[in-house]
Amino acid sequence: MPAAPTLIQAESVFREYRLGETVIRAVDDVSLSVEKGEFLALLGSSGSGKSTLLSMMAGLDRPTSGAIRVRERNLAELEPDELARYRRETVGMVFQSFNLLPRMTLEENVELPLRLAEVDRHDRESRVGAALDRVRLGARRRHRPSELSGGEQQRGALARALVNRPAILFADEPTGNLDSVNGEQILLLLREFQDSLGMTIIMVTHERPLAQKFANRIALLSDGRLVSDGAPR
Amino acid sequence: MKSRDLSELAVRNLREAVLRNSLTTLGVAVGVASLVAMLSLGVGLQTLASQRLTRSGLFDAVFVTSQRNFRGPRPPAPADSAAKKESRSLDEDARQQLSKLSNFTEVYPQIRFVTEVRYAGKSETTSVLGLPDSSRSSGAFEGITGAYFSLPTADEAILQIEFAKVLADQPPSLVGKDLTLRYAERAALSKDDGGDSFFPESMMGSAAPGGISIVPREKTLRIVGVIESDPSAGIGGFGGARVYLPLKTAEQLHVAQPDDLQAFLSGNPAKPSYMALTVRVHSPKDVLQVEAAIKQMGFATFSLLDATKSLRLVFTVFDLFLGLFGSLALTVASLGIINTLVMAILERRREIGILKALGATDRDVRSLFFAEAGAMGLFGGFFGVALGWLIGSALTWGTTIYLHRQNLPGVKISHIPWWLAVGAIVFAIAVSLLAGLYPAARAARLNPVEALRYE
Ligand SMILES: Nc1ncnc2c1ncn2[C@@H]1O[C@H](COP(=O)(O)OP(=O)(O)OP(=O)(O)O)[C@@H](O)[C@H]1O
Ligand SMILES: [Mg+2]
Repeated sequence: MPAAPTLIQAESVFREYRLGETVIRAVDDVSLSVEKGEFLALLGSSGSGKSTLLSMMAGLDRPTSGAIRVRERNLAELEPDELARYRRETVGMVFQSFNLLPRMTLEENVELPLRLAEVDRHDRESRVGAALDRVRLGARRRHRPSELSGGEQQRGALARALVNRPAILFADEPTGNLDSVNGEQILLLLREFQDSLGMTIIMVTHERPLAQKFANRIALLSDGRLVSDGAPR
Repeated sequence: MKSRDLSELAVRNLREAVLRNSLTTLGVAVGVASLVAMLSLGVGLQTLASQRLTRSGLFDAVFVTSQRNFRGPRPPAPADSAAKKESRSLDEDARQQLSKLSNFTEVYPQIRFVTEVRYAGKSETTSVLGLPDSSRSSGAFEGITGAYFSLPTADEAILQIEFAKVLADQPPSLVGKDLTLRYAERAALSKDDGGDSFFPESMMGSAAPGGISIVPREKTLRIVGVIESDPSAGIGGFGGARVYLPLKTAEQLHVAQPDDLQAFLSGNPAKPSYMALTVRVHSPKDVLQVEAAIKQMGFATFSLLDATKSLRLVFTVFDLFLGLFGSLALTVASLGIINTLVMAILERRREIGILKALGATDRDVRSLFFAEAGAMGLFGGFFGVALGWLIGSALTWGTTIYLHRQNLPGVKISHIPWWLAVGAIVFAIAVSLLAGLYPAARAARLNPVEALRYE
């Protein structure tokens, strides 16, 4: 198999939080590269720094030191507006707590990234429809998040994450609030995106069996350090 | 984000927290309303006052006299032309010339004389004044007992109440009665006049052809009204008249004027001239220009323009104070906006975090909050102007009822011109945006990771 091009390249990334005198090193000298089209699972116990690392790769946070290169650009050095543009155009995100805006309908939630990216109005409807169909929620487009089950909400969040056709999808414990059946459904969808859309997926989880079943590769964090990195066994 | 999307999102956010946002908007509206009500009161009263003053004829009138009998302390005219000008008399030609001036509404002579009035056996000497027909609308006759003259040429009289009291214990009872005016008529003695055959008994002075003669005459007038105020102030001069006639009626009497007496004594066959002419202009603004033009013609003029200037100053200060109180109310309202938006940030931390995670720039977030503040200002401004108009109307309504109880005609004390309405809305938006400045900046600064961390 020919080596796929590297999409994300983290080089000795540190992230420290200073609380008065004490310094908390949430991410401690992590170097990691992710290839295009890969499904990487970040595993580790609570507080090991998974979310922190993910946020930095997603352009929501900046490393204290080190570099994170995506397509030759160092996220650590981007201007705030360029970083926002990276999030808008290159990245899709899903969270443990779904994070749909409660006061908007499902389709309005899914439309948000298109609004932010200034996509033409007449293109939006079809793209929203297609994204919702992909997660099998076409019939629920006018419902509000509170009228949807947890699994449906997370699928809605997935539709929102992919509506702008990002290259990379970041998921922070997407199954954390779901039962195992719904959790598997979400992961099946992620795999589908990876296979059919060629998306690169980086998912934080602390459920090793799920990671082993769906991911191509598992990176294990402990106390902010990368302790192992390789194909699931 | 495009501004259309931005405003859609802003309006949608406002709709979601409908109670709180409408209360905030109402706060803005009340602030704007008090501002508008105060200023509309100021504008209304000012309009009222200047309307009244304009109608009174004091401030849009130029009083014209011949320099011969109204000569002020001016240096003697050296030039020939100036001397010629100075000799002009205020005759019919002059009146025609004055009526060709631009910006004027009417020219009428001042006919005023002191004469004897007889009523029910009593004989009193008093001052009589001819009123131009325009004085009907001057506002001076609003409280009249009886009525204004039926026709501009009617043989009717209106009495000032002080004089009416002299004639009868119950002044209103005079309305409908007749009184007799005894006066001296100026009769011309020109060749084609046939004056001697017309007034045979008048041949008492110089009978030189072209001279004048002065004849005692009587005129019976019906009393149609009694008035408490003194309408003569302004209309024909500076007050003090006690009996008023229609100007045309007074003119036809050809009452001898002081000039005539001079002419009579000197035997100089001068044309009849006016004691004074009043030129009314469209608006007090035109007074200066018209005055200058009349002076050019060689007449003396007098106007009360300076008084309007100080009046304007008073009203400017008045407006300033009203505006100050109104602005105070709007300041309180803008604190409400700040409070609402800061609360919204605390409440919408998560939403802001999500927007940022989805790629919203700081500017997008700032603009969103800004748009929400602006929208509250816009709606508040509209409602405020409407509310202010209602308050002003209520005030007008209230004072009208009060005035009616006092037997006075109602007045419009509150007036909202278009510039006040537009200005108030713009001001409301500006204040709201100012109030949104801090909350919007804070929202934009919010760290998305922290905003998303907590449930
Ligand atoms: N803003 C912050 N200030 C101080 N310390 C922080 C902050 N954010 C994270 N940390 C610390 O950094 C470490 C890593 O946090 P992180 O959220 O990345 O862990 P995690 O692996 O995602 O844990 P979990 O599985 O519970 O979500 C933790 O010890 C946490 O307390
Ligand atoms: Mg985490």
